[in-house]
Amino acid sequence: MNKLNRDQMAARVARDIPEGACVNLGIGLPTLVANHLPKGREILLHSENGLLGMGPAPAAGKEDYDLINAGKQPVTLLPGGSYFHQADSFGMMRGGHLDFCVLGAFQVSAQGDLANWHTGEPDAIPAVGGAMDLAIGAKNVFVMMEHLTKRGESKIVEHCTYPLTGVRCVSRIYTDLAVLDVTAAGLKVLELIPGLSFEELSRITGVRLIGPVEPVLA
Amino acid sequence: MINKIVSSVTDAVAGIHDGATVMIGGFGPAGMPAELIDALIAQGARDLTIVNNNAGNGETGLAALLKARRVRKILCSFPRQVDSHVFDALYRAGEIELELVPQGNLAERIRAGGAGIGAFFTPTGYGTQLAEGKETRSIDGRGYVLEYPIRADYALIKAERADRWGNLVYRKTARNFSPVMASAAKCTVVEVNELVELGALDPEAIVTPGVYVRRIVQVRRSSVPRQRAEAVA
Repeated sequence: MNKLNRDQMAARVARDIPEGACVNLGIGLPTLVANHLPKGREILLHSENGLLGMGPAPAAGKEDYDLINAGKQPVTLLPGGSYFHQADSFGMMRGGHLDFCVLGAFQVSAQGDLANWHTGEPDAIPAVGGAMDLAIGAKNVFVMMEHLTKRGESKIVEHCTYPLTGVRCVSRIYTDLAVLDVTAAGLKVLELIPGLSFEELSRITGVRLIGPVEPVLA
Repeated sequence: MINKIVSSVTDAVAGIHDGATVMIGGFGPAGMPAELIDALIAQGARDLTIVNNNAGNGETGLAALLKARRVRKILCSFPRQVDSHVFDALYRAGEIELELVPQGNLAERIRAGGAGIGAFFTPTGYGTQLAEGKETRSIDGRGYVLEYPIRADYALIKAERADRWGNLVYRKTARNFSPVMASAAKCTVVEVNELVELGALDPEAIVTPGVYVRRIVQVRRSSVPRQRAEAVA
């Protein structure tokens, strides 16, 4: 069984983003999705700090630190891009104008609750940023994460034990093992990596899954 | 004749009192009015409540204000950074109070403060730790949290161009919080790269009408900022 690597996961997410979509990519793993959006497919990338039409990183020596993304890295602006202030940026998010956001997670529950902003460690320095706004605002919230923690525990859980970012807000989960939809009837497995059976995935995940399916994820 | 231009950063921050609430523009270093912050440190006002998206990076700007122990409380959305060691140490020692506000709430509470809104319901944070103790309401079957406006005594912001009436345009993503902060403070102070004649700014493109601005000081940018501010020092 070959788990997907980060780029393969990002490429899989990118396949599901259609032409013309407005998309916010959360910091961390989701930013890789930008590298895999098919050439020639026009997609508007939104950044919480006030731009729409974000382009790739500039060439070395051409960085402009007045033009940065949510992770404070320099970017470029595509022709047709625009700048706006923070209240407008979050109005765009909260008002349901973004078609997709792709977020990382510590945990996702079977009902689609998301936990991705706080580890719950009492000594942790807290920080939330735009995560809670994105989680409840985007029309489709995709989570991109490894299926298991480093200790081998499933990150898909019955109920989140980490502090919640949003309640019943996740639409689809992309992991290095499978793609799952959050439905009213439960988590539905859409795809699995070759060599992984539905039964094995169910056992690893430890949460009731709806399936089985043909392994087409690659 | 209306002329809001002052001749020095010292004049720009004159009168900021102990215990004042000060909004500071910027998303990380982009749009942060570093020279006004340095002038505020020099001016000595303490026991401040600061409103900013972050809580300082490295050792300059807002981090320097925190390090000089001038800040009692900070309202922000993302204090933790790779280089937020100044904030981290103060926080762990219990020497600074933090009100953690989701970024969209921060922006909208400031906007509401400037726009005369008494309070508003937002879906952000419903069902999470950050909504604990707050009034909630179900509206059309969806959960919302009641949030109140944020207003300040002063706002320190950075813009690209201003005229003597205080009309402002900004530069790229350095805009971020500044337009809403400009509206929500009793006294908005702006540092700008360029001063222009009245009428030179296209009225279709003015982002902050001058009514919101009280003091303007020119701080020229020598070049496009090619490095993060603290990497240069």
